[in-house]
Amino acid sequence: MSTHTLPDLVPDSKIKLPKQLERTLSSGLTVIAVRRPSVPLVELRLRVPFGRAPLPRATLLSQTLFTGTATMSSIDIAAELQTVGGGLSAGLDPDRLLITGNSLAAGLDRMLEILAGVLTEPAYPSDEVAVERDRLVDHIQVAQSQPAHLARTALLKRVYGRHPYAVQTPEAEQIKGVRPAQLRALHADRVRPDGSVLVLVGDLNPEKAIDAAEKALGSWAGAGRDATVPPTPALEPGPLLLVDRPGSVQSSLRMALPALPRTDPDYAALQLANLVFGGYFSSRWVENIREDKGYTYGPHTSIEHLLAGSSLVVAAEVATEVTGPAMLETLYELGKIASLAPGEDELEQARRYALGTLRLGMSTQAGLAGLASIYASFGLRLDYLTEHSAALASATREQVAEVASRFLAPAKAVTVVLGDADKVEGSLTALTAVEREAE
Amino acid sequence: MKIPATKYPVERFTLDNGLRVVLTPDRSAPVVGVAVVYDVGIRSEPEGRTGFAHLFEHLMFQGSENLEKLAHFRHVQGAGGSFNGSTHLDYTDYFEVLPAGALERALFLEADRMRGPRLTEENLRNQVDVVKEEIRVNVLNRPYGGFPWLKLPPVMFETFPNAHDGYGSFTDLESATVDDAAEFFEKYYASGNATLAVAGDFDVAVATEMIQRHFGDVPARPKPVLPAFDEPGLTAERRESYVDRLAPLPAIAAGWRVPDPIGSFTDYLPFVVLAEVLTDGDASRLVERLVQRDRIVTSVGGYIGFMGDEFQVRNPTAFLLQAHMPPGGDSGKVLRVVDEELDRLATGGLAAGELARTQARMATHLLRDTDAVLGRALPMAVLELQRGRPELLNELPRLIGEVTETQIVAAAAALRPDSRATVEVVPGANQ
Repeated sequence: MSTHTLPDLVPDSKIKLPKQLERTLSSGLTVIAVRRPSVPLVELRLRVPFGRAPLPRATLLSQTLFTGTATMSSIDIAAELQTVGGGLSAGLDPDRLLITGNSLAAGLDRMLEILAGVLTEPAYPSDEVAVERDRLVDHIQVAQSQPAHLARTALLKRVYGRHPYAVQTPEAEQIKGVRPAQLRALHADRVRPDGSVLVLVGDLNPEKAIDAAEKALGSWAGAGRDATVPPTPALEPGPLLLVDRPGSVQSSLRMALPALPRTDPDYAALQLANLVFGGYFSSRWVENIREDKGYTYGPHTSIEHLLAGSSLVVAAEVATEVTGPAMLETLYELGKIASLAPGEDELEQARRYALGTLRLGMSTQAGLAGLASIYASFGLRLDYLTEHSAALASATREQVAEVASRFLAPAKAVTVVLGDADKVEGSLTALTAVEREAE
Repeated sequence: MKIPATKYPVERFTLDNGLRVVLTPDRSAPVVGVAVVYDVGIRSEPEGRTGFAHLFEHLMFQGSENLEKLAHFRHVQGAGGSFNGSTHLDYTDYFEVLPAGALERALFLEADRMRGPRLTEENLRNQVDVVKEEIRVNVLNRPYGGFPWLKLPPVMFETFPNAHDGYGSFTDLESATVDDAAEFFEKYYASGNATLAVAGDFDVAVATEMIQRHFGDVPARPKPVLPAFDEPGLTAERRESYVDRLAPLPAIAAGWRVPDPIGSFTDYLPFVVLAEVLTDGDASRLVERLVQRDRIVTSVGGYIGFMGDEFQVRNPTAFLLQAHMPPGGDSGKVLRVVDEELDRLATGGLAAGELARTQARMATHLLRDTDAVLGRALPMAVLELQRGRPELLNELPRLIGEVTETQIVAAAAALRPDSRATVEVVPGANQ
């Protein structure tokens, strides 16, 4: 019988960026077209600056954007898109309105025409708006029964205080009061090409795709509004906030830590420190609380970037009975990464993971479209992939240790636990000051 | 609009130990996807051991012949890759996606656990705890947990394999032993009961040699006989409901048996298209009627297979509709309107362009899924396992495009109230 040993890795080839082209139209709309003809489709992403837009109206606008134009009903829009294998949908984050879509490659021109109608001649018909308003109200009610949503809501409030990012989901009652005329006004005011970025990726000729976008969206005009959101406040660590969810069989642990934007020279080191701590399966924290202790199923940490600031969020759902012990291990692992330099081996493992996932992320049309669109909304382009790879490759153990001590220290964390407060308060109080959310 | 097709090449061969291999090279991005699929799933787990197939999937990550606990994860991620596994009704898959230079490492890791996982009491207890947390997060601690995939089968089916809870009861999970696991591996995880598929950036000759080298000496064992899980369909409507103490709003799911997805593929395919005619987007029949016009549901979805895996499930399976309702929603009314719309389709046929646009959109979804290397490796491994036809993945957009109006009408006519099983979620939150 032959023996089997772990095969060596063949070193990665240099990152090869796809063929791409960019043009800013006279309206101020930037169009980026990327050729990746792997399947005969195109992916579309349009990000429109929406910072500081009134949340209830902006949220309902994102749910009603495709309900009708001067010449098409919501059903016409959906059917016409389907005819070219297409679909478009909209969503909202605290900085942007995001339109996402795709179609058969041969349907790109038609999809752009339909999108243009939606952008330039929106109708917001009363009946359709009423339907979507009721659906959104129900949707919010369901979200508010989800522990993950409740924990996140509590964390955002605690992290951002009076900053606009503090509330990212409107109250159902606020939605009920939004009228179609207000959506039309908000659309006229904010859905504008100036400062918006359209990304097209797929089986396309970049020059022709940009021409098609320019032709279709030529009548979309209007100066952009100032969407600048003030910088996010510094985190104010205080007592652990305990939010009661009586009868909960798990506790939702959430911590926010400070972080750096993608463009910071120390960002790659912070990303590596986060990976070593808890940012992937083979991290210390996941191996500890899942694979050793069995406290949880899918603990994860991630660095979240918004235009006005970045943060590092730690999240785990743990059994009610082990809430205290799980918090203990979390504090221990944060303290350890903040106090002691990582080992060479674990750093190399994290580095290879970070470099590999960049390549995996750019290997599909949808992945490339997402990256190009997100980067562009932060003023970056796909060549950031090359720059960031170089930064990840060269970050030293000392840099990672230094960044970890500044950003991953448990003393800097804002902490929220959602769970059965009567059952978990005692064990949490043994570890840190605890404050119950006011009823 | 002409429906395009993919032309992913397909190379197939079988090793002496019975392992069936599918290679589908594509040099356009420097990544590879590796999938190993075993022909055992939830339907095969023994009575008194609900959830065991899934628990065993976890144990396959806990170390193997040459690998300590944690090593599998570290070797995949330390090569820049990602991994996972999932347990379905009819199969269990294990997969990695990695930079191309890590292909041989992935093959080594999969071959090592095919020779045998390290089954220890400590790892078993640890993973029972992890699985219990998985069930809490996905079922017990959230509204609509397990709806409808765990809630509808016991209404639709009589026999244990088809009706039982595939996540498992805590009692059964806690009763599982290392001996059970060893027996399960011995019986179901034979190389002849598995397929391996590799998609992405590799040379066929090089990969073939690597596969021979790593998997060739996995000892052959007898392949288990695949049981027939079929059972008679319903002869009268069945309706049940349960209170979900976390759910704020009512919901309902309905299921109808469909033809054998493999043995009667031609009769089955129209149901797949019908699901999209009824529920894909604002221009689909049930969304237009139930959501927009009558406003009696807030969302409606239609699909085949309890896990949404319409081309990777065996008989018996079901056509499913699920709808969430506004406060005070009337499930009886929703079902009556669904019946009305099915009748209207069965008697009045389709509108001009309705079928073609649905087929075009389905083609986009299928092509989009195959753009990722795992979106080829995984389905091809299952198609090889269940049908010996991995190339079906290339053919699906065309085959879907060939479904006719007559077939859709016949499919709609087959979804009768008296063969339907439904389960309703009664909201128990804020009551």
